[in-house]
Amino acid sequence: MMKYSEKVMDHFRNPRNAGDMSNPDGVGKEGNPVCGDMMEIAIKVDDDKITDIKFKTFGCGSAIAVSSMITEMAKGMSLDQALSISKEMVAKELDGLPPNKMHCSNLGSKALKNAIENYKARKAGKEVAAEPLAVE
Amino acid sequence: MDVYLDYIASTPCLPEVTKAVLPYFSEIYGNPQSDHEPGWKSKMAMNEARNDIAMLINSTPEELIFTSSGTESNNFALKGIAHAYSSKGKHIIISQVEHRSILTSAKFLEKNGYTISILPVDKYGLVDPEDVRKAITPETILVSIIHANNEIGTIEPVEEIGRITREKDLLFHVDAGASGGIVPVDVNAINADLLTLSAHNFYGPKGVGALFVRKGVKITPLIHGGAQERGRRTGIENLPGIVGMGVAARAARIDMDERLVYFKRLRDKLAAGLTEKIPNTVYNGHPDKRLPHLLNMSFEGVEGESMLLSLADEGIYASSSSTCTMMSLETSHVLLAIGLSGYLANSTLLMSVGLYNTDKDIDRVIDALPPIVQRLRAMSAAPSAIG
Repeated sequence: MMKYSEKVMDHFRNPRNAGDMSNPDGVGKEGNPVCGDMMEIAIKVDDDKITDIKFKTFGCGSAIAVSSMITEMAKGMSLDQALSISKEMVAKELDGLPPNKMHCSNLGSKALKNAIENYKARKAGKEVAAEPLAVE
Repeated sequence: MDVYLDYIASTPCLPEVTKAVLPYFSEIYGNPQSDHEPGWKSKMAMNEARNDIAMLINSTPEELIFTSSGTESNNFALKGIAHAYSSKGKHIIISQVEHRSILTSAKFLEKNGYTISILPVDKYGLVDPEDVRKAITPETILVSIIHANNEIGTIEPVEEIGRITREKDLLFHVDAGASGGIVPVDVNAINADLLTLSAHNFYGPKGVGALFVRKGVKITPLIHGGAQERGRRTGIENLPGIVGMGVAARAARIDMDERLVYFKRLRDKLAAGLTEKIPNTVYNGHPDKRLPHLLNMSFEGVEGESMLLSLADEGIYASSSSTCTMMSLETSHVLLAIGLSGYLANSTLLMSVGLYNTDKDIDRVIDALPPIVQRLRAMSAAPSAIG
């Protein structure tokens, strides 16, 4: 398929970090069913580092590839490092996205940021722990 | 072997169409307007095509105007009638499920002093003829309703609507772009004053269409200049395309019944097979009043483009109305009109069968899709994503 790079297709066909996480330390959602994209990212944090990360995505090939790539990038990073992952960085790692799909990489970086904010809020005792990522 | 499952998007030319068209590039190439033998040969070929297309829809040859496409015919119908009858009134009635070329032309007219009524549809995509009647005002000059929608396949009650417009002495345009050459279309049975045809939907070439304009109906041209099509649509005719459209129209008329049976059998087999193997699916469109070759289904929890990508990996080519598949990134107006939620509207597959599909093709799709849906559902963030 000419429209997506080989890297995007690889991450679409073999997504990294897809699936459920029980007892996440932070969960972030971003997206809008009307637009056709919904991403959820769950993280486990230890000593300020992301030790585990999972995603669930309802979305197109780009959305799934972005979710896979961004979770791969963020795993093992410190929270600050992970917060600095921009949509351009994700797109670059994927060898580029079609222009009308750049919003997918934006979704990914936002979902990750939301997960980190959620973790920080929980840690500060501001929020009740959310349910596990899996739909029961 | 690849499986092409997108006949609603376009069709290949029949072998006899391709054969008939070839001489009109390098051997018979006179301008149909020229007053000599090379010109007359071209003109004769056009006349023959015109006759064949007229027979397809029960019109007379003189009532057909060749255009470049269904889209152009639709633009021509709306704008040409709006302009020609502007002193009579400036109100036009269309539906929510019209083709984009009608909706956008209507928006254009609205910006230029016309009022447009856009009738709602029910959950199957059906227009209620009584809604048409209620929307008519003394200012109404045109009703334009699609015959069969190209996304969900629902066939509108055009006979009933045609009776109402005839009773009210109003012009009635029917966009038969997706239905012409596939299901029977009779301009007299439906009281159509204008009708759109598109060749590439019924195994003819791309880049050629027609607009039926009933004798006595005025229409302002979109394109001015020469004498072609009696001044109503000028510009050098797409002679090869027109010849091809004629041959395709003849084949469509002769083989229509046989094709209807074949398409429906394959389509129903596909629908049954997928429903049996994949839980949580929804059919979109009317269960019976629909095109025989089209299947639009929503698969809960799985986005349309991701399904298309996975199918393409297996050499199966279909389409989807999901937002991500539209260059414009707008949600399908048709799916919103029938009341689908955002999730379901983006979880559709639009599959359409055609002459060159076989039972083996259908079997392949029935085998290929369930694991695809299962894999995508397992990683989905949609609520009811149950594998």
